[in-house]
Amino acid sequence: MDEVIRVEGLTKNFGQLQVLRGIDCSVRSSEVVCVIGPSGSGKSTFLRCLNGLEEASGGRVLVHGVSVHDNSTDVDALRSEIGMVFQRFNLFPHMTVLDNITLAPTKVRGVPLEQAREQARALLIKVGLLDKIDAYPNQLSGGQQQRVAIARALAMQPAIMLFDEPTSALDPEMVGEVLSVMQTLAEEGMTMMVVSHEMGFARRVANRVLFMDEGVLVEEGTPEEIFDRPREERTRRFLSNIL
Amino acid sequence: MEPILWFGWFRADIIAEYGVMFWRGLQMTILVTTICIMQGTALGLAIGLARLADARHSPARQICRYLLRWPSTVYVSFFRGTPLFVQILLIHFAVLPLFINPADGLLISGETARSLKQNYGAFISGILALTLNSGAYISEIFRAGIQSIDRGQIEASRSLGLSFARTMTHVVLPQAFRRMLPPLGNNAIALLKDSSLISAIGLAELAYTARTVAGAYSRYWEPYLSISFMYWTLTLGLAWAVKKLEARYGRGDTR
Repeated sequence: MDEVIRVEGLTKNFGQLQVLRGIDCSVRSSEVVCVIGPSGSGKSTFLRCLNGLEEASGGRVLVHGVSVHDNSTDVDALRSEIGMVFQRFNLFPHMTVLDNITLAPTKVRGVPLEQAREQARALLIKVGLLDKIDAYPNQLSGGQQQRVAIARALAMQPAIMLFDEPTSALDPEMVGEVLSVMQTLAEEGMTMMVVSHEMGFARRVANRVLFMDEGVLVEEGTPEEIFDRPREERTRRFLSNIL
Repeated sequence: MEPILWFGWFRADIIAEYGVMFWRGLQMTILVTTICIMQGTALGLAIGLARLADARHSPARQICRYLLRWPSTVYVSFFRGTPLFVQILLIHFAVLPLFINPADGLLISGETARSLKQNYGAFISGILALTLNSGAYISEIFRAGIQSIDRGQIEASRSLGLSFARTMTHVVLPQAFRRMLPPLGNNAIALLKDSSLISAIGLAELAYTARTVAGAYSRYWEPYLSISFMYWTLTLGLAWAVKKLEARYGRGDTR
């Protein structure tokens, strides 16, 4: 199968602090990979290294064979292939939902405005928010904002979607609506990498689960392998703490 | 002519007699203020961005530090750390003659320089000094405004593939502008009032007119009280305009 992301010996230091200590992994097309682990284990930093939001200290990240942290790489073009959804949504508060979604396609890809709007409508139908098309982000609930953020990332028709704890900032009753949109995406064959504390989602939707602790990839496997028969003591301890 | 005595002691006829001069002075004050607000804002944006310039890799990293951040910091420090009045004198009597001088001007010399200096000297120096001064203050407003925008906004925009420049123009600056409006308005009002200092180098604006009239009649209440009310009206108008702008650009703001 076609490899979308390949990570080789990725390290990241913040000053003296070693956050990532050599990560190797790859994500194939249409795969859904969930990254779990205790807070401070480097999950988010890892995800942010994949699209160059964080500079790598060592090793490399290849997206479709192109090195993300290479100086000669057109990082903007590369990022337009990688959708990212943030914990705190990060919608643009001065723009309507429609403008949030059409901004990148029109400015980066040069898609004609009418076409971009048509596509935005289709995406809003998909996330169930067509009626909010003219609303401003502060008029939406957290769950609605996150669904708009997903639609905004999808508008660039990315090869992979990265989710950085997409439900952690949500009230409990709104978690479901976001996860169900993500599950639909997964079923449609979107390649996804999800950092999350939603173990139910990981078990249900993921093809593969990565367990990270203290900047290393401790264990990886199918959801059944990780959740039911973890090999490593650290994985067992983490799972018994949260389940 | 028998003086008309309004309020018993206020000789309005003096103001009426110099009406045309006051009108021209008012126009000059408005012209200088308008030009300086526009130029100062453009300069302030450029300097504000220069003070925030940074890059991850050399040589861009060194260029940002030594050619952008360092000079702009010194510039802002100088123009905020010295009196505007001194800056006006320095520019008019020292800097301008260096560049525009009939004998050996670095920029313009000969007969053009002579007539330019005679007719527009105070105008050029005044605008230059006020622009440079307000540019320094406005750059701090831009810097604070840009820095107040949540990092997540920049990250979201960049991760969609928008370049740094597009992120600035479409995401950061429109949001920063809303927050910058009140301090920018204060700055515009300060600039309007500070323009009176240019009268010291002989530009015929409002304060200069008042001084001329005061000198001719040895009457001080009439001219200075009159221009005080003119300045007051203008600053009230500016404050009103800023309020209108704030209401207009407040859409979608949660704060």
